[in-house]
Amino acid sequence: MDAIILQILNGLDKGSAYALIALGLTLIFGTLGVVNFAHGALFMIGAFCAVTLSKILNISFETIDETQVDFLGNPLKVKTPYVEAWFGPETGAALIDWSVPLAIFFSIPIMIAVGFIMERGLIKHFYKRAHADQILVTFGLAIVLQEVVKYFYGANPIPTGAPDVFKGSFDFGVLFGFDPNAIIYPYWRLVYFGFSTLIIGSVFAFLQFTTFGMVVRAGMADRETVGLLGINIDKRFTIMFGIAAAVAGLAGVMYAPINSPNYHMGMDFLVLSFVVVVVGGMGSLPGAVLAGFLLGVLESFASMNEIKSLIPGIDQIIIYLVAIIILLTRPRGLMGRKGVMEE
Amino acid sequence: MSKSTFTRRGVLKSGAVAGAGLALPTIFTASSVAAYTNAPSGSSVTLGFNVPQTGPYADEGADELRAYELAVEHLNGGGDGGMMNTFSSKALQGNGILGRKVDFVTGDTQTKSDAARASAKSMIEKDGAVMITGGSSSGVAIAVQGLCQEAGVIFMAGLTHSNDTTGKDKKANGFRHFFNGYMSGAALAPVLEKMYGNDRTAYHLTADYTWGWTQEESIAASTEALGWNTVNKVRTPLAATDFSSYIAPVLNSGADVLVLNHYGGNMVNSLTNAVQFGLRDKQVNGKNFEIVVPLYSRLMARGAGENVKGIFGSTNWHWSLTDEGSKAFVKSFGTKYGFPPSQAAHTVYCQTLLYADACERAGSHDPCAVAEALEGFEFDGLGNGKTLYRAEDHQCFKDVLVVKGKENPTSEFDLLEIVEVTPASQVTYAPDHPMFAGGALGTCNSGA
Repeated sequence: MDAIILQILNGLDKGSAYALIALGLTLIFGTLGVVNFAHGALFMIGAFCAVTLSKILNISFETIDETQVDFLGNPLKVKTPYVEAWFGPETGAALIDWSVPLAIFFSIPIMIAVGFIMERGLIKHFYKRAHADQILVTFGLAIVLQEVVKYFYGANPIPTGAPDVFKGSFDFGVLFGFDPNAIIYPYWRLVYFGFSTLIIGSVFAFLQFTTFGMVVRAGMADRETVGLLGINIDKRFTIMFGIAAAVAGLAGVMYAPINSPNYHMGMDFLVLSFVVVVVGGMGSLPGAVLAGFLLGVLESFASMNEIKSLIPGIDQIIIYLVAIIILLTRPRGLMGRKGVMEE
Repeated sequence: MSKSTFTRRGVLKSGAVAGAGLALPTIFTASSVAAYTNAPSGSSVTLGFNVPQTGPYADEGADELRAYELAVEHLNGGGDGGMMNTFSSKALQGNGILGRKVDFVTGDTQTKSDAARASAKSMIEKDGAVMITGGSSSGVAIAVQGLCQEAGVIFMAGLTHSNDTTGKDKKANGFRHFFNGYMSGAALAPVLEKMYGNDRTAYHLTADYTWGWTQEESIAASTEALGWNTVNKVRTPLAATDFSSYIAPVLNSGADVLVLNHYGGNMVNSLTNAVQFGLRDKQVNGKNFEIVVPLYSRLMARGAGENVKGIFGSTNWHWSLTDEGSKAFVKSFGTKYGFPPSQAAHTVYCQTLLYADACERAGSHDPCAVAEALEGFEFDGLGNGKTLYRAEDHQCFKDVLVVKGKENPTSEFDLLEIVEVTPASQVTYAPDHPMFAGGALGTCNSGA
């Protein structure tokens, strides 16, 4: 029982990352009709925003400590971050410690700008082209972006820690009457789950309760008619692209302490997120979120030893297996609307 | 106006015949004049450095390349000579190899077997490389070793730790200086016994490919010999990034030690996840829960950050060793590049010197002569103490380091501390040991 609860928690946490990326993908597909394979790269750039801010806060000046020597026997150069020199050691250290949450504010303008540049500079020219062309160009863009990141940050993962207060894990078992240490879950992963629920909620609220959101939803349903009413729907869709980029970026920022960011992390999530979108139903926002959590939980269950011993290798194929079953029985996906991607 | 008698088809036909005719003699001369593949004829000799320049091990590949360049510089008489000064064999004069200046070409393995084979093939066929060296993955090393055997060139393996490289997949043209999974197990076990006792229950998470399998087998065998119990061995996909769903079952498995048979990004992520799940703060069976990472690398330790503190593992070499060879190498590498070399850099530097030295002693680049010179060769002064290149399987036998993640690092390079230098005798095994059985060295191929 405790193992099952643990895997549900695990799945919810994995599912939140899938759901956030899939939500952005669906927003872009639903509004602009573009299949954006560069969306995983946006997630990766988000994580690297956290890395960059942590690097900026750690920019240091060197003083020579004559009492110690480095590996070549020369006097040791001791590094002190500027923030510690400017704001005092305590405030400086706290700023560095909290670099990942601070990176949320740092990343939003950057991600919106990256989204704008991507949409206006490249993807705009592919609206009227076949989906295959869109996939090729955005996939190429994803490779370019990850190579650029690798050039500046190297190929190895870069550890980016959560603030000290979130280190360690929370003992759920004690709450539910299990033995101590039976169900423990890392604090930061709980934060991640809470954060993604908040973001998903905000995006839905924004689309549901604002005039802007209403126009965008109308545009998703019938772009031409909205245009005939004298509304500049293209401009609004560009803004939606920026928002989708920011959602992917925020998912990446907060993910940095879970797994040290590396240049390839976007690709690792991209394929799975596409499966999530297809299972949820192309163009359906609630479908994307539901499928994200569903597949996350299923993937976690499939990695349980009891299940792996029944069907070896199931952990690696479960997601695709579910995708096949759903596409065979419900070709439109879990919550797909009639007519979307069916012409 | 004269009418041309040439037709397009005619030109193509005669071109093809002429081409085949021109090519025919060189096919014969290649084998009749030269006694072996890519025999150097001019004033220089070309070596092929096949390392991951892109892909997940690119940083290790970059460090290997730095060491290769340093080795070439030293062989050609440049720099301070590095470990050439401390090497027990004095055949190398600093005038290249056999009087020929050393040139090199590089290839990108991308840490993929097919890409690695393609780049090695191109270096042999197009660039005339007389020796191929490199690799940062056992899958790659085994694939390229097979290719070199067929092509008739020597392969000096870089960072490859699978038992199979000099076990069931060993080849007469292939040589490995780096240690292997069995040696890690043999070196680690006594230290683990001393630190954690005989009554332990281990849980293995293993990367699902040749290296992971052989390391898991080696570590399980050596810890079970201590009296440890292995409760589970779980294979994880190489492409996995989030290991939380594999870590969670460890919590309630009854295990009190987690062995991570992971390398590279896998190791960084699985270790980080394990620490996040509070495994290191846990008490099981009345004992502190412990994590072991059998194959450590400083570059990886950097990726895992402070999670490596206090965790035991093994390594082929570390820059903090104080023997003359290590000091000389750290000094020339550190002066040139500004930071200490990694174990990957060390092993490839040694391999390059060992190859050059074998050529000098053999008086030829002929792979069969070089192989003969390397087989059973005993040397010292390259940072690992007295070392033997065993003739039966082309594996080096030398001291192995047991290391621990440092509690209070003084710099970004100072991440591991040496706990014990395990003598070569303790990690030596019989050539027909069951973990290495199944393959045959075969005979050397010079391509003649």
